Amino acid sequence: MAENVVTLTTANFDETIRSADTPVLVDFWAEWCGPCKQIDPIIREIATEKAGVLTVAKLNVDDHGDIAMRFNVMSIPTMIVFKNGEAVGRFVGARGKTALVSDLAQYLA
Amino acid sequence: MTIHPHRQVIIIGSGPAGLTAAVYVARASLTPLVIEGEPSSSSDQPGGQLMLTTEVENFPGFPEGVQGPELMQRMRDQAARFGAEFLTEKATKIDFSARPHRVWVRDDEYSADVVIVSTGARSLMLGLPNETSLIGHGVSTCATCDGFFFRGQEIVVVGGGDSAIEEATFLTKFASKVTIIHRRDKFRASKIMQERALANPKIVVRWNAQVTGLIGESKLSAIEVTDTVSGATETLQVGGLFVAIGHRPNTDLFADVLTRDETGYLVTEPGSTRTNIPGVFACGDVQDHTYRQAITAAGSGCMAAIDAERWLERQHATPAK
Repeated sequence: MAENVVTLTTANFDETIRSADTPVLVDFWAEWCGPCKQIDPIIREIATEKAGVLTVAKLNVDDHGDIAMRFNVMSIPTMIVFKNGEAVGRFVGARGKTALVSDLAQYLA
Repeated sequence: MTIHPHRQVIIIGSGPAGLTAAVYVARASLTPLVIEGEPSSSSDQPGGQLMLTTEVENFPGFPEGVQGPELMQRMRDQAARFGAEFLTEKATKIDFSARPHRVWVRDDEYSADVVIVSTGARSLMLGLPNETSLIGHGVSTCATCDGFFFRGQEIVVVGGGDSAIEEATFLTKFASKVTIIHRRDKFRASKIMQERALANPKIVVRWNAQVTGLIGESKLSAIEVTDTVSGATETLQVGGLFVAIGHRPNTDLFADVLTRDETGYLVTEPGSTRTNIPGVFACGDVQDHTYRQAITAAGSGCMAAIDAERWLERQHATPAK
């Protein structure tokens, strides 16, 4: 279901978080991060299940370190929730699906 | 609430011990359910402590070394090949007071004749007041995940065992300087790892010292270090702090049910993996405070599987026992 997950780059980052008509969950990750790989399938499932109420996107910090730095990401996975371009929520560290869905709930009201 | 069909074997935990037990139990056509844990950024995750390590050089059969996560993926694939089933959740409750033994994942109930406990151990943190809020903001539980963000910075690793020395050596790939802070005057780590670290020009060691304070509001900026001999304190400017001061067995779930020693490790009958409850076996770091190696965990996982199979055979041979 990769088509539900937006791949962010320096070129489309600001446009994506500002113009989405739903909150945007951005997963900051990298290839060498084990816990990032473990949550990847969970992130993709959530993207499918919450289609229409949540936009799910991934940003590779190896390729776009400038954006990671802009949001002071110092640990991955870090997930940031954006609403109208503003960071409104932040979760640091991998977690199970039940925990992530419940962490996200308050931003999807 | 769902009650799942009864099965013969449930394995709780999926490090080298749990997955080796799964390979053996699955090859005996007993279709184990492995409750493998949930993703996390600590070692308390599917695959266990090796998921956060890089190169494993001492697991027999890999002369060139193998990456920790790759080794665990291979063990998992091997267990799956013979029919082991996996549940990527954490067991939340157990009841071993009656047969069959029961294990819950939230509201879902599972039952089995045999439960193999291989929940491993998790990393200890310093226990300082603002430590948790600084995780992800300079304090890290995962060197392999976060080393990248400390490129060119001065960082600190706390601890003196193999994990601390491995992390410090790994982090020199990124950091300009790595200070190892250790509360004793010598390391516990294996000689080969110590020699490698001490020969590394980027590593300095601060002996007989403890981290007693973390300074920084939204981001770690410095730490307070206390000399364990003189009691003197000093402030050290650091960008990052990695803690590797040891482990604690994951046995909270079994408190008051399975016998534990004074440090929380499960107690097994010498020369076996039997716990105080018939049909419940323990293997790996959850019951080993002596060796704590991937290979010893795997070995004890094999023992647990064989103990479990024999126990099941005896149950069928002599009913009503």
